[in-house]
Amino acid sequence: MLHVTALIILLPLVGFAVQLFFGRRLADPLAGAVATIFVAASFVVAVGVFVDLLGVHAAVRSFTQVLWTWLPVGGLHVDIGFTVDPLSMTMVLFVTGISALIHLYSISYMRGDKDFPKFFLYLNLFVASMLILVLADNLLLTFVGWEGVGTCSYWLISFWFTRDSAASAGKKAFVYNRIGDAGFLVAMFLTFEKVGSLNYSVIFSHLHEIGSGNITAIALLLFVGAVGKSAQIPLFPWLADAMEGPTPVSALIHAATMVTAGVYLMCRINPLLHAAPDASLTVASVGAATALVAGTIAATQQDIKKVLAFSTVSQLGYMMLAVGTGAYEAAIFLMIAHAFYKGLLFLGAGSVIHGLHDNQDLKRMGNLRRYMKLTFWTFLVATLAIAAVPPLVGFWAKGDVLDAAYARYPVLWVVGIIAALFTAYYITRLTALAFFGEDRWRDHRPHGVGSDVAGGHDAAAGPPHESPWPMTVPLVVLAACAFFGGVLSLPWYAKGTLLQWVDPVFGANLYNAHQSAGMLWTLGVVDAVVAVIGVTVAYRIWATRSEHPQLEPAFLQKAWYINEAFDFAIGRPGTRLAAFTATVVDNRVIDGAVNGVAALVRGTGGALRRVQSGYVRNYALAITVGIVALLGFMVTRLWWS
Amino acid sequence: MSPSLLLGVAAATPRFRTPHIDYLSILPILIMMGGAVAIVVVSSLVRRQLRTGVGTLLAIVTSLAALGASLTQWADVADHGAKVTIAGAVAYDGFSVFIQVTVSIAMLLTVLVGDGYLRREDVGGPELYVLALLSASGAMVMGSANDLIVIFLGLEIMSIALYVLAAFNHRRTESGEAALKYFILGSFSSAIFVYGIALVYGATGSTNLPEIADYLSKNVVASNGVLLAGLALLLVGFGFKIAAVPFHMWSPDVYQGAPSPVTGFMAAVAKAGAFAALLRVFVSSFGAERADWQPIVWALAILSLVVGAVLALSQRDVKRMLAYSSINQAGFILLGVQAADGRGVAASLYYVFVYTFMIIGTFAVVTVLARTGDRGHDLSEYRGLAKRQPLLAGALAILLLAQAGVPFTTGFLAKFQVVAAAVDAHSYALAAVAMASGAIAAFFYLRVAIAMYSPAGASGDDASHEPAGAAGAGVGGEAGSAGSGSPAGSGMADPVGAAGGRGGAVGVAAPGVAMLSLQVLTDEAPSPEVAGRTVPVPALAATALGLAVAFTVVFGIVPAPIVDFAHRATLLFL
Repeated sequence: MLHVTALIILLPLVGFAVQLFFGRRLADPLAGAVATIFVAASFVVAVGVFVDLLGVHAAVRSFTQVLWTWLPVGGLHVDIGFTVDPLSMTMVLFVTGISALIHLYSISYMRGDKDFPKFFLYLNLFVASMLILVLADNLLLTFVGWEGVGTCSYWLISFWFTRDSAASAGKKAFVYNRIGDAGFLVAMFLTFEKVGSLNYSVIFSHLHEIGSGNITAIALLLFVGAVGKSAQIPLFPWLADAMEGPTPVSALIHAATMVTAGVYLMCRINPLLHAAPDASLTVASVGAATALVAGTIAATQQDIKKVLAFSTVSQLGYMMLAVGTGAYEAAIFLMIAHAFYKGLLFLGAGSVIHGLHDNQDLKRMGNLRRYMKLTFWTFLVATLAIAAVPPLVGFWAKGDVLDAAYARYPVLWVVGIIAALFTAYYITRLTALAFFGEDRWRDHRPHGVGSDVAGGHDAAAGPPHESPWPMTVPLVVLAACAFFGGVLSLPWYAKGTLLQWVDPVFGANLYNAHQSAGMLWTLGVVDAVVAVIGVTVAYRIWATRSEHPQLEPAFLQKAWYINEAFDFAIGRPGTRLAAFTATVVDNRVIDGAVNGVAALVRGTGGALRRVQSGYVRNYALAITVGIVALLGFMVTRLWWS
Repeated sequence: MSPSLLLGVAAATPRFRTPHIDYLSILPILIMMGGAVAIVVVSSLVRRQLRTGVGTLLAIVTSLAALGASLTQWADVADHGAKVTIAGAVAYDGFSVFIQVTVSIAMLLTVLVGDGYLRREDVGGPELYVLALLSASGAMVMGSANDLIVIFLGLEIMSIALYVLAAFNHRRTESGEAALKYFILGSFSSAIFVYGIALVYGATGSTNLPEIADYLSKNVVASNGVLLAGLALLLVGFGFKIAAVPFHMWSPDVYQGAPSPVTGFMAAVAKAGAFAALLRVFVSSFGAERADWQPIVWALAILSLVVGAVLALSQRDVKRMLAYSSINQAGFILLGVQAADGRGVAASLYYVFVYTFMIIGTFAVVTVLARTGDRGHDLSEYRGLAKRQPLLAGALAILLLAQAGVPFTTGFLAKFQVVAAAVDAHSYALAAVAMASGAIAAFFYLRVAIAMYSPAGASGDDASHEPAGAAGAGVGGEAGSAGSGSPAGSGMADPVGAAGGRGGAVGVAAPGVAMLSLQVLTDEAPSPEVAGRTVPVPALAATALGLAVAFTVVFGIVPAPIVDFAHRATLLFL
């Protein structure tokens, strides 16, 4: 099966082509079903490849399938090649698996949208791009996938582009990501300059030749790219705005997969990070800070999807903390765990939004556990999982991250623990507001705040209803994963776990804390206690009352005024610069230059204008002038040689 | 096979009064000429006018036979090596076979496009094919010629047929005007070319290319004014055929006036033949004199790049725009010539080869869209095409983006290679100018693409929002689509958005330029009678278009076979 690796990417790509040419004819809902089948087939192939890979000895468990040479130009030689190793395989499995579930969910969620086929067109292209990103065996091909997912993300955020907020959110995401991409590009230039290749294995085998300063520079530049894509400080505001997209998009792209691409890239370049401790520390610090800052913001948001968005930013911060610590396997574990429970939270939120006829305002929810039983129970599982209550997956995953941080950077561990407290708090607040308390939605409907679905749902009032099966099946599957996912890596049982599986990829680059069993127990208990405190406090505060203005300071609601800061630092000077350009530069300098050139053309080039007159004699004259010029040049050659 | 060794062989070959003619080595040329004669004979044997279909069939068979023969020759050359035949007048090497393959393909695609044109315009008769086949054989002769006189013969065979082809549609006065201009100026440039040959002969005592090279390597001419003047005049002749500035003036008028399928043929075949001869003469024979002619090519390239790009901006007639854009493309190919090494030659050959597909495909769409009378070339005719005929619009969009050099098309690698060759040759300024002109060129290609994806009846303001997918390709797009920008237009706008986004991301298409084009578009009102009417697309033209698009995309994604093809053509280069 290893030799069909490319098929994993090809299937969604074919799905994309099918949507492109036949999407409109297939229409609603068949287009969605077809798209789902292609992604599910990709998952099946991925499982096959995975099983094959298991059969290979652990030490040589890496297989590269080079399809063809993409750029065979002189010194630049770039292949279309895909590497399957435990790291990329893990990503592929969960990307295709979660994507298939969310495709299924979307069939029902997007029902009745006028651009139904186009939604799946983008979604299939997204999956293909994401898989290219993950499987690429060189930086440039990774970048192709990187840009592909960015472009799909842009289209999907502004899917309902008739709404101004959605259109500008798409642009915002695009612009923020451009900043990161600039870092990625410069990193590639630098790598090619120093190594002469963009192939990962070649780069890693030539590390010792390029000097530690260059390694640090390359690692940090790639990290700039990751900061943009994975919404770290300071480039995180776009992710909150990205919630303008349809909820399945938020779940798939802006929670489970695309935003983890930055973390994946950092894991992929682990030899670089290992050789550059300064870069590692930067990554870890930015990650820890992001985890805390985003956690505080999430604790005060009123829009259900905004809470989840900032929660995603916070969780990505944890992953970066793990990467910076050198605990790559913990980062991957948390990434998978996060894909389970955050996907579940988003799909549950979508179910709630769907059931409440497009209401996203937490303060206008309440007591939904009576009406949406299945959604409630699955949501509860996800809540406890992300809050890191044992024995759910979040406890084990976040525990791994924090244990490693404790051993290597104790200060960052403290930040992480405080962030963990906020995590448990904000997620319980969300659940309490939505599913407990009074039926606040009765008073307010049908005036929702940001309406999520542009049209199609029956607007008729009525009690919230449970969603149809294509929406609930993914909920149940993800809930099971979020509950039992911890078995992927348990601290006392090393054989056959995730740690052992991805270990060969990182080898000696993996940070090993060598903590005693007693220490691990102590840290675990601390994690659990913090989680339980957070959950309890939040439940007691929010389950009964929905208004606590003193707990929702404007400073946090406005996300530390980061947008305003950007506006002040970049936006307004930019506008002033534009205004200056328009009034002064354009009017005087450019117009002056244009007028000057025009005068020049009129004055000295009058003959030239007459030449392109349609008269053959003038054309012949131009040729003659050319001949004279050429002969004149030859005369100078003769004299000066 | 080193050139010097072969030169030695060539010099040692005993001379006969009547040279032995190796017919197999010029088989594709003979097939082309034979096909032309066959069509004439058949058409004179039938009592009534020969039906278009018969002529088309014969022309297709001829082109395919020539293509097949060329490919067989390719294998033969690869196995048995290159040689000179027919008393040293013809080179039989990878380079010549490469040009023959290119010309055969161009011929085939032109026939496919021409069939529908002949039926629609009812200008009947198989003469279009006869003339095109003869012209193609001339281009092939230029590619194989190993002697300046033979090059001139090929040039004239090619050109005279082209003059008549330009006048082919006797119902259009522009057609006749174009032909007359082309003829007069072409004769003028041919005369200069011959004078150049005479001067070179005077300086070196031979018109045979290896002998010239041999002479120049053995003798140091103290005062080589005659030779230099000869080189300059040869460059004028070639510059005219490839439409390099300042010898380009005929091309907008002729491109506009000539029948649309002929324009595509002209752009592809005349370029292929002329560049082939230019490369062989200058890089191979006058390689030692490169210090003398490189600056001239450098200047021609810069002028062509800049003038072509800038003047294309202001054109509203799509055929004129394509004429200027083709001048710009010629400037790019000149980058490879200017580099004057193996890599530059390979890059130029690759460019010529992939450009053949792009330009004939583009003119296939232009032909179809022009409607009966071959008049609908104004940009407003393209408005709303995506709504009416999404596949046609999609195909043209891909071909235009390829010409703009967007990644994942052959056009990207073509530009990349010539620029890389220029950089390797330390012509940094030239490379920079080329890239800047490429950004300007993206403007007018996108302008057509955007017109197609704008609603036909919309006023200016609406149009500026629709293509935000392309504009959003970079930070600069922000201001362009302020307010409400659709992410990718609607419906079938997706391919453009996708490609535009990629292009911007990799930095080939300047986002600011795309933005600018939106604003320029806003003042264009479509003619109301055009809106809402679809044009029929003949099956053969659709086939040609499909081939062109498939080639451009497939080998844009998997470029190695064609790159390798062009590279090996230069290895087997005499």
